[in-house]
Amino acid sequence: MEDITPILWALLRVVLIAVPLLLLVPFLLWWERRLLGWMQDRVGPNRVGNITFSKTSRLVPKPLRGKKYRLFGLAQAFADGIKLTLKEDIMPAAVDRVIYLIAPALALFPPIALLATIPWGPSNVFSINGNPLTPVADIPVAILYIFAVSSLGVYGIVLGGYASNNKYSLLGGLRSSAQLISYELAMGMSLAAMVLATGSLSMTQMIAEQQKPLWGVEALGFINNWFVFTPFGFISAVIFLICMVAETNRAPFDLPEAENELIAGYHTEYSSMKFASFFMGEYAAMLVFSGIFSTIFLGGYTLPFSAPGLDAAAGYLAPLILFVKSIFIFTCFIWIRATLPRLRYDQLMALGWKWLLPLAVTNFVVVMVWIAATKVYGEGIGWLAVGGCAAIIFAVFGISAQRSRTGADPLQSRKVILVDPKKGGA
Amino acid sequence: MGGFSLGQPMPVTVDTVLFGLLALVAAISAVGVVAFGRTPVRSALSLVVNFLTLAIIYFTLGSEMLGIIQIVVYTGAIMVLFLFVIMLLNLGAQPPLAKAKDVKMLLAILVAAGLFAAVFAAVVLPMASADIPAIGKEMKGFGKPDAIGYSLLTEYVWPFEMASVLLLVGIVGSILLVKRRKQ
Repeated sequence: MEDITPILWALLRVVLIAVPLLLLVPFLLWWERRLLGWMQDRVGPNRVGNITFSKTSRLVPKPLRGKKYRLFGLAQAFADGIKLTLKEDIMPAAVDRVIYLIAPALALFPPIALLATIPWGPSNVFSINGNPLTPVADIPVAILYIFAVSSLGVYGIVLGGYASNNKYSLLGGLRSSAQLISYELAMGMSLAAMVLATGSLSMTQMIAEQQKPLWGVEALGFINNWFVFTPFGFISAVIFLICMVAETNRAPFDLPEAENELIAGYHTEYSSMKFASFFMGEYAAMLVFSGIFSTIFLGGYTLPFSAPGLDAAAGYLAPLILFVKSIFIFTCFIWIRATLPRLRYDQLMALGWKWLLPLAVTNFVVVMVWIAATKVYGEGIGWLAVGGCAAIIFAVFGISAQRSRTGADPLQSRKVILVDPKKGGA
Repeated sequence: MGGFSLGQPMPVTVDTVLFGLLALVAAISAVGVVAFGRTPVRSALSLVVNFLTLAIIYFTLGSEMLGIIQIVVYTGAIMVLFLFVIMLLNLGAQPPLAKAKDVKMLLAILVAAGLFAAVFAAVVLPMASADIPAIGKEMKGFGKPDAIGYSLLTEYVWPFEMASVLLLVGIVGSILLVKRRKQ
């Protein structure tokens, strides 16, 4: 037999990133509920875990009598977890059994698989005997991998919706698949622009590229060239952020589980642990996508500014830096949820196809022209070409939008006519 | 590991065990596509599993790019559309085509056997004598995205461009088919 130590190292790398993610999920839930409560001017879960000791009971040791300990409702997440595990698991009679059981597992798979390419620290700091601990696999096609695995996220939802044998669930699943197909394109195009700018599909290369001085100007060397600071990177980041929210089926893109229309959408018929795995998959996906966003646009595990002594210290703090960034993006998810109302279905499709996709393609073309012109004619001409190219594309887009607006039929609206069948209404 | 021949037993390594397992899953799921004829969703799912295992086999061969493209294109896009259509139309069981024994059955079996023999002769027999790891070493950066991009835009530029034109025609055609109704 061959040496199996590479397999053990790989397992260690997997455990080092997958276990913290799954352990974080309850805290993410608590964070979301508390934050939503604060944003909506209500209290939120703040009781579970508070301990108030009796003042008089002899069973309580003396120093503890009458003391209050507050946990800010942190134990609520664990109470929910226990509740979901102990609840009766109801499986409706008409479900497609095999697919019904596979679907929740499939919902958990993509977020965990997506972790494989996210580096949480510089590999020269985090390694044992020359075996790097992160990322799980430093493959040269990491961006494509993210694209591939995130597209698998739809299966859990679609199959859950189908197997439940329930009209509402099926509708939720169908909505989800249409939504994912639409937003994946814009997401891919926004990432493609970043790949062009980096010249590599590798995550570690992307982080190295973002360590360079801002806009390639040496005088600004103390600020790192995070892609979100560059003009094309900013546009890509906005597109990616919107697509990310759509991919994880979060509000305002939560049509697959729109409560007022579809009960609970694809997971209506799921209860107990199976429902919990859908739930966990959703929150894990949010955090993992936040991590991907931080890595591609916010410089990954690096600080925004660099100084000779600081970089070495920041190397040891890398996981913490990445965590803070990811939690910030996660908070943006919640913020968006608390702020924006749910989109109508045609609005959702129009946003994806008519706005995000053209914008992402335009961005891609501009980056392409910029790189080509800079490589052939040098910096100055490069910027000029970008300006000219952007102006032409926006003019064409504006004119076509104007034309389609004047040529198109006015927006159709439907009237609801209440009919009383007793009076012989049609 | 040199070339292997059909007569000799293959050496048992982690690679061969992994390949054996993946190939087994791929073969079973390929049969499943046909065997689940009464429930189209399960057939489609078998196809998904088949595509996924093929992608993993590509990974083990060191061509990550091909495996990823396999997942992005087939598993992530085409099969999702398949499922979408199957669910949207709510396809149920199809009536079985052959109810009794038929001459056509015999003919079908013969054609299938012939096809299998042809594929076997064309693919498996030459491979038995080929030195497979040497093929991978010949190309620098085998299976890496830059190597694939380079050879697509130099050696295979005409087939590549023709495929792009074909795809463009497909896109324009599908838009035309949808738009025609309005006039």
